[in-house]
Amino acid sequence: MYVAVKGGEKAVKHSQRLVTKKRRGDTRVPEISPDQIKHQLGLGLDRVMAEGSLYDETAAAKAIQQAQGDLTEAVFLVRAFRTTLKRFGTSRPVDTTEMTAFRRVSGIYKDIPGGQILGPTYDYTHRLIETGPAPDENGTGPDQPMPSLPDKLPRVMDLLIKQGLISDAPSALSPEPGRETEEDLTRQPLTFPVSRTLRLQALARGDEGFLLGSAYSLQRGFGLDRHPFLGELKVGVATVCFTPPELGFEIRIGRIRLTECVMVSRQDDAHGRAAGFDTGYGLVFGQNERKAMSMSLLDRSLSDTDKNADADTDKAAYPAQDPEFILSHCDSVESSGFVQHLKLPHYVDFQSELVFIRSRGNDQAPTKGEDG
Amino acid sequence: MTPVADLNPPPLLKVAHLCKFFGRHMGCHDISFEVCPGEVIGVVGESGSGKSTLLNCIAGRIRPSNGSVWFRTPDGMEDLCRCDEARMRRIIRTRTGYVTQHASQGLKMHISAGGNIGEKLMAAGTRHYGKIREAALMWLDKVEIDPGRIDDLPSTFSGGMQQRLQIAANLVTAPEILLMDEPTSGLDVSVQARLIDVLRKLVFSLNLSMILVTHDLAVARLLCHRLYVMKQGEIVESGLSDQILDDPRKPYTQLLVSSVLKP
Amino acid sequence: MTVSYNFAYLDEQSKKMIRRAILKALAIPGFQVPFGGREMPLPYGWGTGGIQLTASVIGPDDQLKVIDQGSDDTVNAISIKHFFQKTAGIAITEDTETATLIQTRHRIPETPLKKGQILVFQVPIPEPLQFIEPKRPQTLKMHGYEEYGSMHVKLYEDIARFGRIATAFDYPVRVHHRYLMSPSPIPKYDNPKLHRSPAVLLFGAGREKRIYAIPPYTDVVSLDFEDYPFELEHWEGACAVCGSTQSFLDEIITDDNGTRVLICSDTEFCRKNAGSSQP
Repeated sequence: MYVAVKGGEKAVKHSQRLVTKKRRGDTRVPEISPDQIKHQLGLGLDRVMAEGSLYDETAAAKAIQQAQGDLTEAVFLVRAFRTTLKRFGTSRPVDTTEMTAFRRVSGIYKDIPGGQILGPTYDYTHRLIETGPAPDENGTGPDQPMPSLPDKLPRVMDLLIKQGLISDAPSALSPEPGRETEEDLTRQPLTFPVSRTLRLQALARGDEGFLLGSAYSLQRGFGLDRHPFLGELKVGVATVCFTPPELGFEIRIGRIRLTECVMVSRQDDAHGRAAGFDTGYGLVFGQNERKAMSMSLLDRSLSDTDKNADADTDKAAYPAQDPEFILSHCDSVESSGFVQHLKLPHYVDFQSELVFIRSRGNDQAPTKGEDG
Repeated sequence: MTPVADLNPPPLLKVAHLCKFFGRHMGCHDISFEVCPGEVIGVVGESGSGKSTLLNCIAGRIRPSNGSVWFRTPDGMEDLCRCDEARMRRIIRTRTGYVTQHASQGLKMHISAGGNIGEKLMAAGTRHYGKIREAALMWLDKVEIDPGRIDDLPSTFSGGMQQRLQIAANLVTAPEILLMDEPTSGLDVSVQARLIDVLRKLVFSLNLSMILVTHDLAVARLLCHRLYVMKQGEIVESGLSDQILDDPRKPYTQLLVSSVLKP
Repeated sequence: MTVSYNFAYLDEQSKKMIRRAILKALAIPGFQVPFGGREMPLPYGWGTGGIQLTASVIGPDDQLKVIDQGSDDTVNAISIKHFFQKTAGIAITEDTETATLIQTRHRIPETPLKKGQILVFQVPIPEPLQFIEPKRPQTLKMHGYEEYGSMHVKLYEDIARFGRIATAFDYPVRVHHRYLMSPSPIPKYDNPKLHRSPAVLLFGAGREKRIYAIPPYTDVVSLDFEDYPFELEHWEGACAVCGSTQSFLDEIITDDNGTRVLICSDTEFCRKNAGSSQP
């Protein structure tokens, strides 16, 4: 009977062997390579890089393979790898007007300078599971010439600012001056009230599902009283520049895929502010439009509560307006860990509860024959 | 009610030139008055006239934009607006009680009546269960709630009982001033009458001071010695209750009293 | 992609940052110090706070003991031991007396701790007021102004309902007569071991990114009422293996009829005790 609490060592070893075997699956089927994941499961890869907050395609691909395609688990692997990396400096903030955009849409202006670019999207496909050969083996193979992509596009946001339509213009796109680099969510705890810099960082690496559901709740009236608009959604490739101190001049260190989004919604004149549009901002690694849009809706709703901080009650009416509620619960690695830790033994705590229940007089031994 | 007989007692509370702005919107402006021991002050006006803002400033729940709120403490007169938050919370905790319009905001609905009354005692350092219990029973009796209900949740109480419980929970540590924000609205007239009766007894037996914010002039007449009439954040008229209600001078007060304005 | 890890996984800068937080925590006993918690390769809830503390204070000469629910051999304890064996190559022990560093989840060893030892607790919810007031800015003020009345209300309610305080584990304590502190989910049976312990007691909450501490020989008082003093759980019976009546006992169900036996939760203590009583 002592075996009940012994034998952990052996069990763990067995479990680890089993998971390795399970991961490989049927050995008659060829093993996939991280390269295949990188090139054929790109959107999954993007999600892992975004929530892992590490732009490293190889690490993300390996993580997806090692996690059997469980993206939350893969995010976790990437995060644990990320913490061990050295920081050698801070890059210049990416200028998103200079992105090479392969997709760019606006929901508010039909014609925008630079034009709309539909690019690769599932938006207008019929969601039918395809039978027969994979689509890229016939038709539009890689031979077909690609249209040239613009490498400089004005931001729709800037157009609105020029027209004086943005009521919160100064802080609209850039973080508070001087705070670009001093705050880093991966090096400091989240404290409240939270700055916009940290808020955007938390959202950018937050769980896509949680952000999506929260943004959706806003749209359903749990926090928004009118329809928001998509100012601009842009997916493209940006160049990251960095000045190594030992060189003293700027060099390009790489190109990263990004999705940028600006949401606007009407703000009526009140409390000394002119009528105009409030904005929310989203920026995510890779192509992840759902996440970038959710992020910008939440950025907007969470900044609203900051503005109302002086009012009689500091309580937010809905969860998606409450910075503490959203930002403390949006991290998949944190939430997944804590929910699942319930699988760990709690013998001692349960024992303490048992002792209490027993002391309340519920100590009857199992009785026989209650039904006869 | 007749005004208290004590001549020139020192004030417990002195509000001086109090202002509160919300952005460009004015909550209240240049408010000054004093409250003496045993005195019941009424603040009346339409909704939106700034009476709750004023009360919240006095209760330390809103930081005033300007002006002073002096409390009499064992260390002399202290200005809420000039002391740090720790001191402010201490003054508010020991000198005042705050009764809200909705009992659910003033009481913890998932905690028993006894627990609600005991909380302030425990916050003040009482660590003897028996004594806390004793105090709770005594206060239930004082506010005319059956002491047998000490372990019941406030959610099982009627609206009038909840308000009386709120008063007991506030008075258990013997504050000198009870601040009340529309304590009778939402209650039936007969229930109101009982609440007012309990309050009058407490004022008399404890020499308690009160500031009562209400839009109900009938309640104000029954409880208050003096009245302040507020309009758009400012005091437009003040004086003895009977004088204000029977012989209002300002046109606004006249409209209010003749119930042309819907308070 | 080749990866090599630093001694005990964390880089030295992170360790330094954590050690600074520990020093601050020791200087303000019971106060929750926020720190820039790092992601660890083990999941949140599995002891990441404790692991970061251990990683920051461990040295090559340390003797590490890891227990979970009192046992050296439960899966989580094994996994954490493997982690430090792999990343730091340090010596692992099960012996409470010779261990220099003990990481624990939910128990304090029965063998009394000594001067020079460090006990690291894994903490899921560092805020003792969390279930009374979930808002962090509010609880900060409650700690700041020592407004702990609501915590006593909870105890009051227990007595009114059950005739005694019903909190059985994670029983709140006042440290150095100032800060209200969660002792982590140890059974209240272990609370007295915190009081004036000669060992350094460190508490780490990874997900909540907070560290707190009790320096050696500090007063740690479990909350109670004068007329309802703090009391320990006790068992009718002794450990079925070693016969101890002086330890926390787990129930083990031995058959389908619900027959129960009691066994020490601290496996190392039990083994030693059994050895000495049956020479």
